Amino acid sequence: MKNNRRTFIKLAAVAAAGLAVAPKAAVASSGGHSPAKVNAKAEHAKQWAMVVDTTKLHSAEEINKLAEICHKTHNVPHIEGKKEVKWLWHDTYAHTFPEQENPHLAEEVHHRDYMLLCNHCENPSCVRVCPTKATFKRADGIVAMDYHRCIGCRYCMAACPYGSRSFNWGEPRHGLDLSKLNPEFPTRMRGVVEKCNFCVERLAEGKDPACVEASEGALAFGDLYDPESPVRKVLRERFTIRRKPSVGTEPCVYYII
Amino acid sequence: MLELALKGSKRYYAWISFLVVLIAIGSTAWIDQLMNGLQITGMSRDVSWGFYISQFTYLVGLAASGVMIVLPNYFHSYKTNKHMVIFGEFMAIAACIMCLFFIVVDIGQPQRMMNMIFHPTPNSILFWDMIVLNGYLFLNLLVGWTCLQADRVRLPHPKWLKPFIYTSVIWAFSIHTVTAFLYQGLPGRHYWLTAILAARFLASAFCSGPAILLLVMMVTEKFTTFKMPKNALKTLVKIIAYAMCINMFFFALEIFTSFYSNIPGHMHPILYLFEHASSGLVTLMWTFIAFAAISITLLVTPKFRNNLKLLPWTLVILVIATWIDKGLGLLIGGFNPTPFETITPYWPTGKELMVSMMIYATGALVVTVLFKIATDVKEEMGHSQVLPCGCSTEDHCDCAPAEEAE
Repeated sequence: MKNNRRTFIKLAAVAAAGLAVAPKAAVASSGGHSPAKVNAKAEHAKQWAMVVDTTKLHSAEEINKLAEICHKTHNVPHIEGKKEVKWLWHDTYAHTFPEQENPHLAEEVHHRDYMLLCNHCENPSCVRVCPTKATFKRADGIVAMDYHRCIGCRYCMAACPYGSRSFNWGEPRHGLDLSKLNPEFPTRMRGVVEKCNFCVERLAEGKDPACVEASEGALAFGDLYDPESPVRKVLRERFTIRRKPSVGTEPCVYYII
Repeated sequence: MLELALKGSKRYYAWISFLVVLIAIGSTAWIDQLMNGLQITGMSRDVSWGFYISQFTYLVGLAASGVMIVLPNYFHSYKTNKHMVIFGEFMAIAACIMCLFFIVVDIGQPQRMMNMIFHPTPNSILFWDMIVLNGYLFLNLLVGWTCLQADRVRLPHPKWLKPFIYTSVIWAFSIHTVTAFLYQGLPGRHYWLTAILAARFLASAFCSGPAILLLVMMVTEKFTTFKMPKNALKTLVKIIAYAMCINMFFFALEIFTSFYSNIPGHMHPILYLFEHASSGLVTLMWTFIAFAAISITLLVTPKFRNNLKLLPWTLVILVIATWIDKGLGLLIGGFNPTPFETITPYWPTGKELMVSMMIYATGALVVTVLFKIATDVKEEMGHSQVLPCGCSTEDHCDCAPAEEAE
């Protein structure tokens, strides 16, 4: 009996040591390289940013068209009411720029609709509060979501000063036309948060985000830290404002008024 | 000692069965939520936290409250509180369990809960909240159980326990501070973005928590032979009075800052709660002000404070006032005015209330079982037992009329 137990403990120790060494051995045998390859055409940036030209893009119909393209590309469910899920939408001047409201604003500016999406902040409060790193900031500045890591605590939604995040209160696939799914992008499960991802999956293939591509020049997109990027060119030439600059998140979506 | 919870009167078993039935009824709503998701709640894209999180916030106060008995006993050697300490600790255990339960029912993917531990994220306050809540639960279980066991065999409390006791006293402040930080550090939520929120949380906890504890103790006195020593009771009522005054003073500071500065974002939530919200909520918020005023009046006037017949009502009024303020208004005031300066109303659904009832019943069950054990041990030991005249054996009262005894 005693011998048996001793043998067992010895075996267990050997097995544990093996388990500890195994992953490293596997890495060594594969030459230490990650099996994933980066697409040669992929676009790179230090901080992706967008400029919305509201002199060109300001009607609800035009913005809805872009929202539809975005939502189709990412299989965003269509849900009516206040439990809706949305990545790209529109709102009035007063709701978009509450701190920059001005009662004597040009009527035309007041009547425009403004395109809203995640601001992919340089200093995102949603990333700061996430308890599992399900919301994280990529090296290229995109604030991304790991839908499989998210526990659905919705702390990021409370922290986002721009209301850019949606939660799947029910089964999101019920809000999708399953015959028209985009097979290139996953659907989500209920109980997780989702948001605009600046089309990382398209950037990885060297394409612009879907809304930018469809905007007929009303949206500029590029690297905020490359002086030659389309974004920097516009920012140099036109006066732009950002949403809620006072909260210090450094949003990377700029608006030409 | 757990076996003490198994031997009880018919009434004890009837109460336990009643709670189990409540838990069973509430769990049907929870199962529905597990099957269909949080869509059964009244929460929405703009109001991402609701009744569950607000109950958790309120109950953290109850968890922290026991320290108002423990601290005088251990830090100031105020031995009058000696026989009350265990109840504060046991109440904290039940409150911590309810808090953790409320968080579990609130998350969208409860089966991934352990991600908080597998991927620890110290920059998230929620991570620290998990640490402090579980830590406080552990500390109170350890301290409460060990002390009671030592009492039962008539041994002094072990020396090695001292560091844990002192830690638990300081820890009690941390659980409320960290919970306030959960709200306090968010940009764009004006009602919460105030440095005094943690202080307000503590003030509100140290009046509402001991008030609930005292009410439960009064019920305990009815059904057991335990009797609160009069001086311990009086001290606690004074603490409640001070804490409630400070609580309302802090609230007044918020009002001043918002309205004298005239900054719209800071005025909106208060105006919303007290003026523009649905008439039901506005009535509730004014009830909070009225009840706070009544309870303060009754608590600071010695004649009313020392009236033991009136005291339970005073405490009930105080609990209702603080619950409306912190268990309802705090969350709604922070969320319903959205970051776009629009309003998205929120009100809990019936199912949300049923799940909450399940958790409150679970808490009541834990309190019942733990208090049963504690009072049985006290009875065996002859600690704080009721005398024929209604005094406690700790009161040095020779069964003379109450006035003379003082």
